[in-house]
Amino acid sequence: MKTMQLYKALGLTDSEYVEILKRLGREPNELETYLFSAMWSEHCGYKHSRKYLSIFPSGGAVSHGENAGGVQIGEHVIVFKVESHNHPSAVEPFQGAATGIGGIVRDILAIGARPIALLDSLKFGKITNNFSKHIFDGVVHGISHYGNCIGVPTVGGEVAFDEAYTDSPLVNVMCVGIVRKDKIRSAAAEAGNVVIAVGSHTGRDGIHGASFASKELNEKSKEDRPSVQIGDPFTKKVLIEATLEILELQEVQSCQDFGAAGLLSSSSEMAFKGECGIDLHLDKVHLREEGMQPWEIMLSESQERMLFVVKQNGVDKVLKIAEKYDIPASIIGETTTHGRYRLFWHGKNVADLPPESLAEGPKYAINEQEPIYIKQYAESKLTKTTPIKNAVEKIVSDPNFASKKWVYRQYDHTVGTRTAIKPGDAGAAGIWIHEEGGVVGITIDSNPRQVFLNPYEGGRYSIWEACRNLISGGFEPLGMTNCLNYGNPEKDEVAYQFVKSVEGLAQGCKEAGIPVASGNVSFYNESPERRVYPTPSIGIVGYVDSPKKMVKSSFNAGETLILIGKDIEETSNVGGSLYQRAFYDFVGGKIDVVDAKLELQLKKILFSLRDSGFISGCVDVSEGGLFGAVFEGVKKANTGFIGNLISINDHEKALFGEITGRYVISTGNSLIVEEFLKLNGVSYRKLGKCEDKKFEFDGYSFDLAKLYDLYDNSIDLEMNE
Amino acid sequence: MKAGIIVFPGTNCDIDTEKACKYFGWETEFIWHDDTELNKYDIIFLPGGFSYGDYIRAGRLAKFSPAVMSLKDYVKTKRGFLVGICNGFQILCETKLLPGILSTNTNTKFICEEVELEVNHDGFPKSVKFAIAHGEGRYIADEQTLQGIQAKNMIFLRYKNNPNGSVLDIAGLYDKENRIIGMMPHPERGVFSETGNIDGKYFFEMLNKALTKETVAAT
Repeated sequence: MKTMQLYKALGLTDSEYVEILKRLGREPNELETYLFSAMWSEHCGYKHSRKYLSIFPSGGAVSHGENAGGVQIGEHVIVFKVESHNHPSAVEPFQGAATGIGGIVRDILAIGARPIALLDSLKFGKITNNFSKHIFDGVVHGISHYGNCIGVPTVGGEVAFDEAYTDSPLVNVMCVGIVRKDKIRSAAAEAGNVVIAVGSHTGRDGIHGASFASKELNEKSKEDRPSVQIGDPFTKKVLIEATLEILELQEVQSCQDFGAAGLLSSSSEMAFKGECGIDLHLDKVHLREEGMQPWEIMLSESQERMLFVVKQNGVDKVLKIAEKYDIPASIIGETTTHGRYRLFWHGKNVADLPPESLAEGPKYAINEQEPIYIKQYAESKLTKTTPIKNAVEKIVSDPNFASKKWVYRQYDHTVGTRTAIKPGDAGAAGIWIHEEGGVVGITIDSNPRQVFLNPYEGGRYSIWEACRNLISGGFEPLGMTNCLNYGNPEKDEVAYQFVKSVEGLAQGCKEAGIPVASGNVSFYNESPERRVYPTPSIGIVGYVDSPKKMVKSSFNAGETLILIGKDIEETSNVGGSLYQRAFYDFVGGKIDVVDAKLELQLKKILFSLRDSGFISGCVDVSEGGLFGAVFEGVKKANTGFIGNLISINDHEKALFGEITGRYVISTGNSLIVEEFLKLNGVSYRKLGKCEDKKFEFDGYSFDLAKLYDLYDNSIDLEMNE
Repeated sequence: MKAGIIVFPGTNCDIDTEKACKYFGWETEFIWHDDTELNKYDIIFLPGGFSYGDYIRAGRLAKFSPAVMSLKDYVKTKRGFLVGICNGFQILCETKLLPGILSTNTNTKFICEEVELEVNHDGFPKSVKFAIAHGEGRYIADEQTLQGIQAKNMIFLRYKNNPNGSVLDIAGLYDKENRIIGMMPHPERGVFSETGNIDGKYFFEMLNKALTKETVAAT
């Protein structure tokens, strides 16, 4: 095929091809055309998002711009990042999800950090839909199979079900690692060193994975199944140990993992970041199958491979470690001062490009005009109601609210002996950092309905909701990572959603005082029938310097419950609330706007109460509203509640309406706490008392055992049908 | 006291076990799977994980590693204790150092949770809570083997709410004659109060006591 026709077949546009001609001053050869098509794909090149992501604040983050960024805690850096594996999971849920873990773990490893925790944000179609059930089961099984085997605990996350994700499920995996500050590695290579590939043999799997992830899913997507990589957690576990041992060597200068667009992406980024040249001899790469062509070797996304740049005197040491672990390794090239990215095939120079031409692809501006749906939806009103008794049973058994035990019971969440807060115990996971004496709190959360209704405010809403997950546990939020999941950015609605929500996220981070340490974008999550809600998954890492300072999210019998922060009013905007979607299939109205000053004040108050020991439990109010927060807190202590929750005429809104800026706390010293709140000018409302075996409020009383049973078993029943 | 922890490619509880041993002040070393010098250790752990990827069946391939082949000698000479946890228990059964076999959980899924266990050992509380984390933890054996186990009073731990379908609720075995202990639950995950469970300490204290007594007797 002539390269003229080839570029089109590979997904490059005419104008992109013209740009390539301009940059090279000549026509690219066939191999070079393959290289450009992969590096300039959305997945690798971020061409529709790069322009906008630059507004994220990054000050204070460590290693920003590397494979993963982090925040410093004492002598150590906590490194973290989220990545999506949406497209592969849609066509092959088990392998798709499994290799998603593999990829993000390698990013953490490449920094030199030991992975210590995994979390997932998962979105599926309705759980009652058999197809969605199959994807859900496969994804959870894939995560369980892979995560458990590599010995990194899966400690938390979120799982949600909504028709919008039927065709495009979202699988976002977050990995957290720890490294001593002085041992952090960079991906930037220096000239005059040796390039060594360590890990699995390179095969034909995953070729075009990056391009596959850069288009919409349709009926033919199943034909793309060979673009899904196959993971081998056993090899990965061995590779983790070998990599960490290799990175202990002084002679190792830089490290990269093989991710999307495999060897091409890892090696060209090393050269680009290090401003040096690189020569690779593709015939030296250890291969799994015969007859592979140079372009296949470059684009293969075979899993479990790492690339090292090593000083001459360290080469033997690296090879020896690889041998100890029985992992293949080959010397495949060298970094040079000529500043070019050159590929050789049996001695013949087959590609010769400036590294920046690959790494710095085009940047596109996208639509920022408000689409009509925004106003239409904002004006729509919900008029239906449900009797409260039914509504309460409905919400506790809704799979979005109900216990996710069916999921996390399949994940090894205690390996590593660091798990201080287990999944299901609180809004955030807790990982004990014995190296520093404290506990890292980690959350991954999203508010897609709110972002859909108001992308900018929804962005701020998402940041603060994730922060509240941490603050309620006593953790100071320190840094953010994200995975931005949207539809096709070439469509105006999606473009607007993306641009505005990124602005809102950036603003939220600035208000909360946290840098964005790393991130990932996943576009094209749509089919001809459905598009996902704009879904930024927000991962935030926080810290508390002693395990004793952690605040539980359970409310014990005898304790008083107090709502602090915003109270709901008849005029409150509760657009995007779960109950509206779950009961009436309604998404509309306005969303509540975050009051950042209030949020910061509440944080300060809660930390004072934490330090004085006057509160014993705290739950942030989110999905399920005030009822949801009270129910979750008493359920965790297996107690009950008597009191008043309803303060306005619309009882459903009072109980389940979602607004920002509020927490429910439990205390055995309510007089002192109330006095303290008054003194500091914080609005609050006393809700009632926790009492065993009872659940009564505002004249309604419930069969508590039945509610608990519905909450505990609804997903189980659905999946074991 | 000197503890050795055998590490296979795919082992993932080696560092956790080391952390627990060191908490009790034991001198602790890792034993790479092709090492065969085992007699310097007072106690040897086969830790949890997925040795050699657990291909074919959990623990099946580890049976052929040089370190495991040397365990038979270690046991014969009654040098010290041999403890297999999770994948280690599976390896002990595959090598027939303990009777029976561990098979896929009845619900066919991996199960990770804290379970209540009934303990059959003097100087140990009657009931403890340990973490389990396994996909192949269903203990099975033929009638004759089970009779032998009971006759020798080998059932060390039983599940109170059997999560995986193990016969006779068996969670752990203790062959006192040969000083071999195998168990699916993870006592090493119950040593540090920061992780919310310290029942695992009883297990390490039990070993500590048994071995310290010997050291005292020997001197």
